Amino acid sequence: MLVYTLKRLLLALLVAMTVSAITFSLTYLAGDPAIAMAGETASDADIEYIEKLYGFDRPIVVQYFEWALNAFQGDFGQSFYFRIPVADLLLERLPVSMTLGVSAISFAILLSIPLGVLAAMRPNSLLDRLALGISVVGQAMPSFWFALVLIVMFAVWYPIFPTTGSETWVHFVLPTIVLGYYATPAIMRLTRTGMLEVLGSDYIRTARAKGLPQHIILFKHALRNAVIPVVSLAAVQFGFMLGGSIVIESIFALHGAGYLAWESIGRNDLPVVQAVVLVFSLFYIVLTFLSDLLNAWLDPRIRVG
Amino acid sequence: MKKFLAASALASLALVSAIPAALAGKADDTLNIVWERELENVDSYFNTAREGIIVTRLTWDGLLYRDPKTMDYVPLIAKSFKWVDDTTLEFELREGLTFHNGEELDADDVVFTYNWVANPDSGVKTQRNVNWIKEAKKLDKYKVQVMLKEPFPAALEFVSGSVPIYPQDYYSKVGPDGMGQKPVGSGPYKITEVEPGKKIVWEKFDGYMKDGPKGTPTIGKIVQRTIPERNTQIAELLSGRADWMWRVPADQADRLKSSGKVQIINEETFRIGYITMDAAGITGDTPLKNPLVRKAISYAIDRKAIVDALVRGKSQVVNSACFPSQFGCESDVTKYPYDPAKAKALLAEAGYPDGFTIDFYAYRNRDYAEAMLNFLSQVGIKANFGYLKYAALRDKIRSKEVPMAFMTWGSYSINDVSAITSHFFTHGKDDLALDPKVKELLQKGDTTVDSAVRKQAYSEALKLIAEQAYWLPLWSYNTNYAFSNDVDFTPTSDEIPRFFTASWK
Repeated sequence: MLVYTLKRLLLALLVAMTVSAITFSLTYLAGDPAIAMAGETASDADIEYIEKLYGFDRPIVVQYFEWALNAFQGDFGQSFYFRIPVADLLLERLPVSMTLGVSAISFAILLSIPLGVLAAMRPNSLLDRLALGISVVGQAMPSFWFALVLIVMFAVWYPIFPTTGSETWVHFVLPTIVLGYYATPAIMRLTRTGMLEVLGSDYIRTARAKGLPQHIILFKHALRNAVIPVVSLAAVQFGFMLGGSIVIESIFALHGAGYLAWESIGRNDLPVVQAVVLVFSLFYIVLTFLSDLLNAWLDPRIRVG
Repeated sequence: MKKFLAASALASLALVSAIPAALAGKADDTLNIVWERELENVDSYFNTAREGIIVTRLTWDGLLYRDPKTMDYVPLIAKSFKWVDDTTLEFELREGLTFHNGEELDADDVVFTYNWVANPDSGVKTQRNVNWIKEAKKLDKYKVQVMLKEPFPAALEFVSGSVPIYPQDYYSKVGPDGMGQKPVGSGPYKITEVEPGKKIVWEKFDGYMKDGPKGTPTIGKIVQRTIPERNTQIAELLSGRADWMWRVPADQADRLKSSGKVQIINEETFRIGYITMDAAGITGDTPLKNPLVRKAISYAIDRKAIVDALVRGKSQVVNSACFPSQFGCESDVTKYPYDPAKAKALLAEAGYPDGFTIDFYAYRNRDYAEAMLNFLSQVGIKANFGYLKYAALRDKIRSKEVPMAFMTWGSYSINDVSAITSHFFTHGKDDLALDPKVKELLQKGDTTVDSAVRKQAYSEALKLIAEQAYWLPLWSYNTNYAFSNDVDFTPTSDEIPRFFTASWK
């Protein structure tokens, strides 16, 4: 298990380094940061001046290694755009994305797992059809449209929830519903299929024969097994949500890390893009690493392989 | 199940009671404004956005002020001013002015600010705002002289807009980063809170001058929030959480207006659209080198139709390579009204009876660009259309890869031809015409103080540009401002909303 863990860890580190090197070169190829920084109204002199000031005239390899070395020490440099340390910017914006991610995945799980279980209990019943309907709508509806509909309903017609900002938990209600609903169909369908399969298996029949109450069979015996692939899927969805949703964050003016990344790309604010991509890929890498370990712990065959 | 129902009823009750009261506007004397852009830094020397100019006008004062109606330069921090000679301006300052932190404003602050921004090491982002300044000199406590590097008649424009005066003691202590986080100015509103890119809060500055040209502010508090999504802005405006927004697209403006819940005012802006064409053959051998082809393109596009159908508002077709109100903007130039038959004839005369294929780029207003593509195809010109981000397109133009592009220019809201025509036709990297005669005329206009001579030089240059069809000037832009029925607000054509003149109804 230790060897396996170390192997995975090394792989994770290599992935992180590769990702950072690739993004560094790609964002650099995308355009001259000096032009973006100087703004729409800049003259030639402005641009040349900025090039010198920020050292864009040096070789790209030199710039990358300088950045990587500092990033390793937790110093992501200064945002070209905001002129404040990138670390400060991230510390300010990440919590918003994290809160949204955690609440959205919780919402998705709380909605989809019970629905999936209910649907599996009575396949092809009205309840199953309803659950299917909910998941199809969730899959088909673009989240920006859903967000706007919610805004119109709960902020304009019935002003119950605030539309923008992130000051209190109330601000997160609408974005959580939109983002969480987006993840619901996949989790629900997987729960339903898993449950159907498990409920038809021999040991469940044995449990029934023993005369165990229905809820013990369902939650203690069936769901525990059915939910294993769901956990892996939810981990991936969670990674996606932690990365912040550009669409949701911009509609609800949440100013999270996803929106920051998107805007920074347009502004060629390289230090911010680098740092955000690194942090996001670290999220994924850590989550994948953890789910690898979890699987290995659950299933000894993986450890050996 | 009953327990569950009870619990959810309780939860929803808790939810409703936890909701903060909607931010009222007039009731708590707070003007809530929203815009789209994350402002990088409130320090005006370190941002390039139009929103930055709004913040600057609200928070800082310059020596002079341009009256938005008459376009005259009137004293602001200065009490009076005069040209001593072609390169020397002298200002006498008002007495008894203070900055928001109580620091006295006198000649020392003016001299400090001018000398600091004039030094390229200070890192001021928009160099052209300040690179005409040689130095400033204190004559006495309330008298200063500003020396120019060379005669620069547009200097007054920059003095009145682009060089806000900073407090010497405070700024030399905290620098640009400190100023960005805790700004101190002497303008009608003082900033009390900054969340970079998200939020700025102002309070009325009670110590503001009483008889200045900017008037006396009346609204107590202004809160700006950044909301990237326009539909969300509209929702906030309709639900009363926001009191003011701008740049509402024409179709949504119509709908908002008919709702009766908000006021909509449309105002023209200094920004004009144009098509730039590679007349000099910078990108290689292109049909655009032939003036007949450029004229054909000019005749082929029905600008009036695009203005009426898409741009709308107070926008108008422009024929000269400048905004009509700008000093020196000659309007009596060769015009190219819509005439596809003539365009075809010109193309045939130039040797392209069946048209040709050309790369055509744009970075904004995709719908306008596509309308133009359509007009071009009707006379046989097939365009390979590329739609890029601004930085990427400008990069491409500068690396000589763009024969033809639909661009726009806002002239930094500067009411002088030197901010647009001279920028593009004096052989810089954005100049695709490279006409030596035009360059000579424009430079004469830029460096002469005598306004009659300037006017004459600019007029000749603009006539030449139109006659050669180096650019096809398209139209002026307009902005729809939407704001609460409680607010009295008047927009101006320089596209700088002045909240210090706004009031409650």
